[in-house]
Amino acid sequence: MASVTMTVNGKSVSGEVEGRTLMSDFLRNDLRLTGTHVGCDTSQCGACVIHVNGEAVKACTMFAVEADGADVATIEGQANADGSLNVIQQAFQDHHGLQCGFCTPGMVMSAAALLKENPTPTEREVREYLEGNICRCTGYHNIVKAIMAASGQDVSAIAAE
Amino acid sequence: MYAFDIERPSTIADAVKALKEEDAQALGGGQTLIPTLKQRLAMPSALVSLTGIGEMKGVCLADDGAVCIGGATNHATVAKEAAAHYPGLAGLAANIGDPAVRNRGTIGGSLANNDPSACYPAAALGSGATIITNAREIAADDYFQGMFETALEDGEVITEVRFPVPEKAHYQKFVQPASRFALVGVFVAKYADGVRVAVTGASENGVFRWSEAEAALSADFSAAALDGLTVPADEMIADLHGSPDYRAHLVKVMTGRAVTAAA
Amino acid sequence: MPKDGGIGASTTRREDVRFLTGKGKYTADINVFGQAAAIFVRSTVANGVIKSIDTSAAESMPGVLAVFTGEDFVDVGGNPAGWLINSRDGEPMKEPKRPVLAHGKVRHVGDAYAAVIAETEQQARDAAEEIIADIEELPAIINMADALAGDNVVHDEIGTNQCFDWGWIEDNRAATDEAIRNAPHVTTLELVNNRLVPNAMEPRASIGTYDAAGDSYLLQTTSQNPHLTRLLISAFVLGIPENKLTVIAPDVGGGFGSKIYHYGEEALVLAASKKVGRPVKWVADRTESFLSDAHGRDHVTKIELACEKDGTFIAFRTTTLANVGAYLSNFSTATPTFLHGTLMAGNYTVPNVYVNLKAVFTNTAPVDAYRGAGRPEATYSIERVIDMAARELGMDPVELRRKNFIKRDQFPFTSAAGLEYDSGDYDALMDKMEAIVDRKAFEERRKASEAKGKLRGLGINAYVEACGIAPSNLVGVLGSRVGLYDAATVRVNATGNLSVMVGAHSHGQGHETVFPQIVADMLGIDPASVDIVHGDTSKIPFGMGTYGSRSLAVCGSAMVRATEKIIAKAKKIAAHMLEASADDVDFAEGQFTVKGTDKSVSFGEVALKAYIPHNYPLEDIEPGLEETAFYDPANFTYPSGAYACEVEVDPETGKVTIERFTACDDFGNVMNPMIVSGQVHGGVVQGIGQALLENTTYDENGQLLSASYMDYVMPRADDLPFIAVSHDGGTPCTHNPLGAKGCGEGGAIGSPPTVVNAVIDALQSGGKNVTHIDMPLTPARVWAAMNNA
Repeated sequence: MASVTMTVNGKSVSGEVEGRTLMSDFLRNDLRLTGTHVGCDTSQCGACVIHVNGEAVKACTMFAVEADGADVATIEGQANADGSLNVIQQAFQDHHGLQCGFCTPGMVMSAAALLKENPTPTEREVREYLEGNICRCTGYHNIVKAIMAASGQDVSAIAAE
Repeated sequence: MYAFDIERPSTIADAVKALKEEDAQALGGGQTLIPTLKQRLAMPSALVSLTGIGEMKGVCLADDGAVCIGGATNHATVAKEAAAHYPGLAGLAANIGDPAVRNRGTIGGSLANNDPSACYPAAALGSGATIITNAREIAADDYFQGMFETALEDGEVITEVRFPVPEKAHYQKFVQPASRFALVGVFVAKYADGVRVAVTGASENGVFRWSEAEAALSADFSAAALDGLTVPADEMIADLHGSPDYRAHLVKVMTGRAVTAAA
Repeated sequence: MPKDGGIGASTTRREDVRFLTGKGKYTADINVFGQAAAIFVRSTVANGVIKSIDTSAAESMPGVLAVFTGEDFVDVGGNPAGWLINSRDGEPMKEPKRPVLAHGKVRHVGDAYAAVIAETEQQARDAAEEIIADIEELPAIINMADALAGDNVVHDEIGTNQCFDWGWIEDNRAATDEAIRNAPHVTTLELVNNRLVPNAMEPRASIGTYDAAGDSYLLQTTSQNPHLTRLLISAFVLGIPENKLTVIAPDVGGGFGSKIYHYGEEALVLAASKKVGRPVKWVADRTESFLSDAHGRDHVTKIELACEKDGTFIAFRTTTLANVGAYLSNFSTATPTFLHGTLMAGNYTVPNVYVNLKAVFTNTAPVDAYRGAGRPEATYSIERVIDMAARELGMDPVELRRKNFIKRDQFPFTSAAGLEYDSGDYDALMDKMEAIVDRKAFEERRKASEAKGKLRGLGINAYVEACGIAPSNLVGVLGSRVGLYDAATVRVNATGNLSVMVGAHSHGQGHETVFPQIVADMLGIDPASVDIVHGDTSKIPFGMGTYGSRSLAVCGSAMVRATEKIIAKAKKIAAHMLEASADDVDFAEGQFTVKGTDKSVSFGEVALKAYIPHNYPLEDIEPGLEETAFYDPANFTYPSGAYACEVEVDPETGKVTIERFTACDDFGNVMNPMIVSGQVHGGVVQGIGQALLENTTYDENGQLLSASYMDYVMPRADDLPFIAVSHDGGTPCTHNPLGAKGCGEGGAIGSPPTVVNAVIDALQSGGKNVTHIDMPLTPARVWAAMNNA
């Protein structure tokens, strides 16, 4: 077992983990932050995307000990300080960018990473950035629309409803 | 996963030492290794993480103009920091996997694994890169020895990869739509002394140089120069996503497109 | 205009807030004090005799609490098929037992034959590796035609791989054969409806908790219909009395059919919990999902379309082999029959239809309903052969369809496949689609594509489908072993807000938002004061759950009926309060008013009176304000649509790109247009996935080659364009109170032939004589077809 200490959503946390403990398991089981979801075994689905030192990574494909000392952000820390939805979350609700909600945490975390590096992405850029996030419900239409809206772009002309 | 310890050395020397332990295995970004471990297809006693070794990270220029990339540098960093010096290489790095994978996966990990569908082997072979380890320097032409086979000895660590910068280069990737690896990827690089063409994703023997195309393109760097050439389908990969014939066909198409894009 | 937040408003979803902040509670997120972990040991061979299973080493491993094999379940029941199909000769279908764990034989790769319960998941996995199973591998039965021809059988006790040989409608067979024999033109097409894996993003998971104090059980599980799961476990599998078993489906991360069914893992965690005296939790990984979730589609069909020289349809005739896999999943026998054969007249006045379908056992995972369930298979066959006929006859594909459409004034219309379509306007849908697509401008777009070296094609399609399968009386005659009603309880709380308990289960559909819109609209109150309770058998009335686009049409109708009862009772209470006759009391906008006066009381005042019944007509009316309604529909509902797709094909690589997609649907009355559009987007993309990307491939040995996202191609954002949808102005359903038809599946039904028709059009425009390619139209397949043409 190894000791790890890191900052998660602004709070310092520590724990004892095995070498094989995945970051996703540490978050879900040790910290009870179950918003980070696990939808595959091969690092494709992206439901587990979190930020480690400001960069989007797949929590299921990283060991907890590798995040020792890191600054970690998860879906649970995304809302505004007053608890209201942040701009991206609000855009997902406004534009019906989620259905069953399972892929949603990863989508929101990927969207946040995208908008940080590219504040006004084109439709193509949004779609390409979501290459590692699979959604089975929405057909991505409203996810792409929500992310473009969150970037401040006018999405009213985008095909119907 | 079976149980194992993880060591996080901060110097190459410590990493090399840790890897001398029986059944110790190097851990780069883990983007291939961790899924493999989840399936219990490997049983290391310890993983030696290389991503905390500062001297193995980053992109710089050598005196001769070559682009040097630390073995533990992730793809996103290469995409960003090599763009000004070697856009063909940076463009390849920018399309490996997906953004989250690019933030973890490393060039050293990719080359050490030598997946027959990985992108980096095409860049290294296509550039005639030098793979530098803790022990020696290996020319790319000697390094790749077949699917998942390389010249690396047990416990040998890729500390740096040195890419001579060509006049022109481009990587064309026909993506395998599920894994997002290359169904066929072709890296074309034009150097003063000739053109190199490296193909990934296609052959059962891993990345290879298409020498007929190199000769034709060295004489005439245009897609038309490939017109009379054919790629034999022997020893091409057959899987759910493409037959050997289809892959052989794509090698030519992707080579032509790479040349056009590079020119 | 819709009322503020009422029926017809695009209200944003209240459930989104918890999902967007990581506060959703899916089964895997639940941890029960003292829980142990279950791991299943699954067959690595497709067909084999279990000679022996030695669990002794596993049992002595650290942390192991129990090990189960099929032997432990020989005295309990099996997981049954929900629909009895009779063959053409009157023989009932073959129904092999589907045990909790495989016993005697393993019948597909992934068939679970043992389970380990341990303190931790890792300990269970370690112990699972120590189970020594001697399994004698037998040749795998994979190909359906071979399965019917050979002596090697999946189930020895039934001696054949043919589950049934069904004819629909058998009495029409001779006339259809005759019509085809004499027809001036017959178009014949052999096609494959590719096998798919539903791939809800949340893998299945179950937690079983036995409470010795009450000799009762709790199952928390990933289910689309907790009551059905409880019924199956109680009545068929474990025999736990229904009153001793609570099933809760909490937040569920998508279903698409795969979570309708009861699976053996659910029974195992319950039985294991009792044995080890601890809650037992199991969470599938994705590979397990691929191996053991019910798959979808997998038909091989020959379809013939007979028509006059002018294109008037004379007959459709199909011969189909439908794979049911190794065991009969709960709706596996209904899906290829009554959800498929009955739709084989499509949107057309064609007078003759005959369907022959043989269901075949193979050594593959069970196949059952996946989004659309039978109807995509029907639509694909019909709409592909029509496109081919149009080409052969030299007719415009839109005009050929219009020529044969059931016209708006012909409804209700009884199709040659035996269904009575209540309403529709197929020409209007086609008009709308053509207006959006602008076919004249398409020619310009084609030229632009050609200038880039690409081939461009336009595919169109019309579909009709059947949702809210019903009524129970009829389906009972046809072999259904369950009723197909649904139920809702509307509970007005004393302070005037409402809890509405529904049999439907929301796992993405937005019931928590839309159902309150309806109730609030009827009661003239704020939707925020209405909450939906679903997914917990201890709280909700017995409902049949959510699948087949039924939630709104069936459960929503039950909710309307219950709300009507609330209004009727509240009127009586109000009449008493207002000292008037109930007949003289009007109810509107949340106020009860005596006709012709200004005397009124609010809904909230009436609610309070119902629970504090001082000065209350106790002799006439019971206190309280809570009503339940069960709703059994009079008929199916019949959504329909007209779709268009434009593709570009790269002639050098065969890669197909979707450039435009238009979906015009008639879902009847629409409650929340935003959510309906979302359902269409998702359905269309699953259909695009089937058409271009997704395939489930077993090799000849029965190994699943597409068992992870490394090989099974899920649609991703960059494979797709925005999708134009339109669903306003639909023709209301004539027999349910909402006039709603159901919108969950249309997209998945209408899109596959649209895409394939578009690709064929593109190839033809490039001079390639390609008339058909089987789905998925991967670059490799398209390239091969071009090169063979």
